[in-house]
Amino acid sequence: MSSRESASQNRGLTAIDGAMALIVVLLMVQMWLLEATLENFLAGHREVALPAAVASAVLFAVCLGLYLFVDRLDQQARHHQP
Amino acid sequence: MPLFRRPSSEPLWRDEFSISTADERYVSRRQFTKFLTLTSLAMFAGNLWILLRTWFYREPVYPTRPVARAGEIPVGGVKIFTYPEASEACLLIRTGQDSYVAYSQKCTHLSCAVYYSASRGRLECPCHDGAFSLADGSVLQGPPRRPLPRVVLERRGDELVATGIEVNRSVVA
Repeated sequence: MSSRESASQNRGLTAIDGAMALIVVLLMVQMWLLEATLENFLAGHREVALPAAVASAVLFAVCLGLYLFVDRLDQQARHHQP
Repeated sequence: MPLFRRPSSEPLWRDEFSISTADERYVSRRQFTKFLTLTSLAMFAGNLWILLRTWFYREPVYPTRPVARAGEIPVGGVKIFTYPEASEACLLIRTGQDSYVAYSQKCTHLSCAVYYSASRGRLECPCHDGAFSLADGSVLQGPPRRPLPRVVLERRGDELVATGIEVNRSVVA
């Protein structure tokens, strides 16, 4: 493997690490959101369910986008490998 | 599998363990990212489930049921009764000569049975040191975030009658 390909692969790994870290943070926010929504639902605050579901959907969409980004990087790295 | 190995410059172990370290790292990270994304989907499904429960929610109808006779328990005394289902234990506490309060006995944290602490004048959960106010069931300390559901009582002649359950809507942030 040439040094140029190695550098490219290292950049890819760094990007994957960054995406993974971001997904972990988003997942923690989503877990907190679910817990808070459930507590409020059980306390009779049913008006929070819709905004919470929309926020959770957005967070999931971002996670899915990051996963697709990681998947694409992975495909590229495999394609470039000898 | 070929019977004889073709002559090559690669050592034998590379044939038998033919996965490169870089590949291994990429695959495991991708799989982990996929697992995280599926967990995110599960969180969204949970929120969606709550939303559906909200849309199809119907106000419960509670029965009217006598729970005790007035004067049956002494001041500061406690009686356990079930309401509205036979499996739902509640506490009736006589706080004064003519005042009674009743709460669900199920802690709002992890459903342990709460008890009345006469010395501290509050309801306590022995599992995680949660405590609730005797006046309105609100959380005084510990991990519970929701108040205890209060059983609505009416006095009809010599009897104390449970007519419903009131959920205090305050949530500790």
